[in-house]
Parts: sequence; C-alpha cells; structure tokens
Amino acid sequence: MWVKALPLTLLAIAVGLIVCHLAVPKTRTWVWKVLAAQAVLMFLVQPYFALTWAPREVMMGDPYRIIYMHVPHMFMAFLALPLNVILSVWYLVVKKSWAVDALSEALAEVGVYLGGVGWLLGSIWAKPTWGVYFSPDPRLITAGIMVFLYLGYLTLRRLIEDPEKRATWSAVVSILAGADLVLTWFATKMFRSIHQLPSSPDTVDAQIVMPFRFSLVAFLCFMFVLVWHRYRLALALRKNEIAPPEAVGQTQVIA
Amino acid sequence: MNPPGLLKTTWIVFKKDMQIEWRTRARLNALLFFAVATLLLFYFAIGGDPGTMRKSAGGFLWLALFFSSVLSLSESFRLETENFALEALRLAPTSPRAVFLGKAAANSLLSWVLALALVPLTVAFFDVSIKEGVPRLVLALALGSTAIAAPGTVYSAIATNARARDVLLPLLMFPVLIPSLIASVSSTTLILGGDPMNQMGDWLLFLFLFNLVYWPVCFLVFPKVIEDD
Repeated sequence: MWVKALPLTLLAIAVGLIVCHLAVPKTRTWVWKVLAAQAVLMFLVQPYFALTWAPREVMMGDPYRIIYMHVPHMFMAFLALPLNVILSVWYLVVKKSWAVDALSEALAEVGVYLGGVGWLLGSIWAKPTWGVYFSPDPRLITAGIMVFLYLGYLTLRRLIEDPEKRATWSAVVSILAGADLVLTWFATKMFRSIHQLPSSPDTVDAQIVMPFRFSLVAFLCFMFVLVWHRYRLALALRKNEIAPPEAVGQTQVIA
Repeated sequence: MNPPGLLKTTWIVFKKDMQIEWRTRARLNALLFFAVATLLLFYFAIGGDPGTMRKSAGGFLWLALFFSSVLSLSESFRLETENFALEALRLAPTSPRAVFLGKAAANSLLSWVLALALVPLTVAFFDVSIKEGVPRLVLALALGSTAIAAPGTVYSAIATNARARDVLLPLLMFPVLIPSLIASVSSTTLILGGDPMNQMGDWLLFLFLFNLVYWPVCFLVFPKVIEDD
C-alpha cells in the first residue's frame, strides 16, 4: 500500500508548496527552501530505490534503470519549453511585462539543461538496448531539435543589448520554434520508429513504477527551485539594465 | 489619393527588391558560385562511389541550397540597413506585413531560380536522371524554396540587428528548417531515383503543410519584429 501512497503524498506536498508559493507572495521567502530540502532529501533516497530496491527488468536487465533519470529529465524539459512558448504568445499578444520575459528566459535555460542531459542519457541507454547511440526516430529527433532551437534562442538573447527588442524578438523566435516542434513530430513520424511506446503503470510491476514516480516528484521540486532562482536573477538583471529614473536625471545634470 | 492596399504594396516591395537584384546581379552571381562550389565539395568528399553519389544527390542539392540561402537571406535585410532604408520604407508608409510578403516572395523566387540552375549541375555531377519528370521536380523545388523563405525572412530581420549576425542566422534558422529539409530531400530523392512505393505525394503534401503553417505565423509576428513600440 505504501508503495502507491509514498510518491502520491510527496507529490501532494510538492504541488501544495508550489501553489502556496504562487498564490501567496508573502510565502515566497521560505517556500522554495522547503522545496529545495524536499528535493535534496528525495535525491538522497532515490539511488537506493532506483538501483537496489527496484527489481531487474526481464527483457533489458539492469540498463533499464536509467529511466529513473532519463524520463524525468525529458518530462521536465517538455514541461518547461512549451510553457516558454505559451509565455511568449502572452508577451506578444496580452501584456508586455519584464516578469514574463524573465520567466521565459529562466524556463528556456532550465529546459535546455534538462532536455540536453535527458537526451544524452537517452543516447547512453540506446547503446545497450538498441545497439546504436542515435537513430532517426520521431522522439529522438524532436527532442534533439527542441534543445537546439532553444540553444539558438538563448544565444539570441545574449547577442541583443536592447532589453525591449531582446524580449520581443526572443518571443517571436520561441513561437516559430513551438510551431516547428509540432511539424518535426509529424515529419519524423513518417520514418519508422524504434523507440518503445511509453509503458502504462498497469502493466508494469509496482516496484518498478514507484521509484519512477518518486524521481518525477524529486525532479519537479528540483526544477521549480531552479526556475525560481533563475527567474529572480533574470528579473534583477532586467531591472539593472533599464536605467532607473534617478540615474537618467543625474546623467543629464552631468552632461 | 488612397494609399495602396496590402497586395499592391507587397508587389511594390517585391519589385523594388527584384530591381535592386537585377541592376547589380551581385547576389545571384555570388549565390550561384557558392552553391556550385558546395556541390563540388560534396562531390569530392563522397569520394567517387557512383551508387552513393546517386542516392545522396537530392540531399546534396538541398544542402547546397540551404547553405547559400543563409547568404541570400542575410543580404536581404542588410541592404535595408544602409542609409536607414527600412525606416524610410516604413515611413512611406508601408505596412510591415507587406514588407514581409514582398521580401519573402523575393527570397522565394531567388532561391527557386538558384535551385533550377543547380538541377543540371546535380544531374551532371552525380549522374542521376529525373525519373518522375521535370514538372514534379520544379514543384518540389518551389515548395522547398518558399518553406525556407518564410521563417528565413523573419530570422533575417532579427539577425541583421543583432551582434554576430552571420553566426546567429544559421543558428536560428537551421533547426527550424529541419522538417522542411527532411521533406524536401525525401521528395527530391524519390523524384530523382524513382518512386515505386508512391510516397512522394505525402512528402510534397507535408512541404505544403509546412508552408501553410509558417507563412501565416510569420505574417502575423513579423510586424512585431520591425516595429519599435
């Protein structure tokens, strides 16, 4: 029973904390510390669950254990980067705000990191199971292109000095990238695929599923803390870039 | 006097770009030499195995086009930065959407002409024949060219104003164009090598779909790129 209850309870705690952080601004000074502590504790226990507690898989043997790192990385990247596309549409259509721009930057950077590492882990897993590091498979190509699209996005952000233009242009680039992911998926579907279909928890042993859910929750906490700090940093940098009124006044006096 | 409508303005912008191109012919000449040099490089890199060369001809043709499209697209907005030409164009007043349509149409036409010029060379270098007929090849080259031009024009407008624009344009453009590259290469390879399984229609349809997604999206977002607000 606890096998099912443990990851769900941890997930409830994490989601509760995240909602609390987002809804009540006053709690923002300490909630992330609790989430960070939860992530650290879970990452300390996770290797035990993933490497010894979970049984060997019948077909693949031990290499399958990489799913406890590979899949959470990819899931979180696929959470962060589409969110960046949505925020970019928001920025262009609804409201131009520095907070939205800073959050997009944070999500893109964390998403590229998670997606890039997840992609590498997947390719390490592919060698013993498929016999190759890479193959033209819909998922592999879409994930790889996603990482490269947002590497371009991050490069663009660093090469434009004017903060307003940077925000607008990177939003445009992100929207074109979002449309591309859908098209890439369809284009590569026309190739044959060797990636296994995602397993359903009903058909997999509960002792294999539990560490997986556990890892997902740990990565959710981890990503939230990362994005939150990157967001604060980006917003502070933005505020520093836009000269405060006093500074502008002084320059005029000196001139 | 009423200001000209969107289509009329588009035509004026297109004609302006074509006129600049026609008077110097600098861009098309440079592109042609660059693309031919790229094809030759592929020819020598592959090492003379006729079977491999025939199979890869479609891919090489499109890669040569992709590489030269970077040069042509970056030039497309670089000439507007001279003497604040883009500002003057907008003050005319020209709708930014018409600027996009005119420029993207001009870029499409340029890379389509380049593609047509490269076909005989590809046939000669890589010893292929056009098995599925010239009209289909012309159609595939046209769809592929317009697929490069729509996102390429937007990225060109962005990259021209950033630092290190020559690095930035391919970095932004190539990942986005991968689906169109896959479809262009697959359809062209089938046209050159024969299409026993009847798959070519699907790839051409996909290329059309790529255009159908990117032209409207770029049309909508382009004003945000060149407006200061």
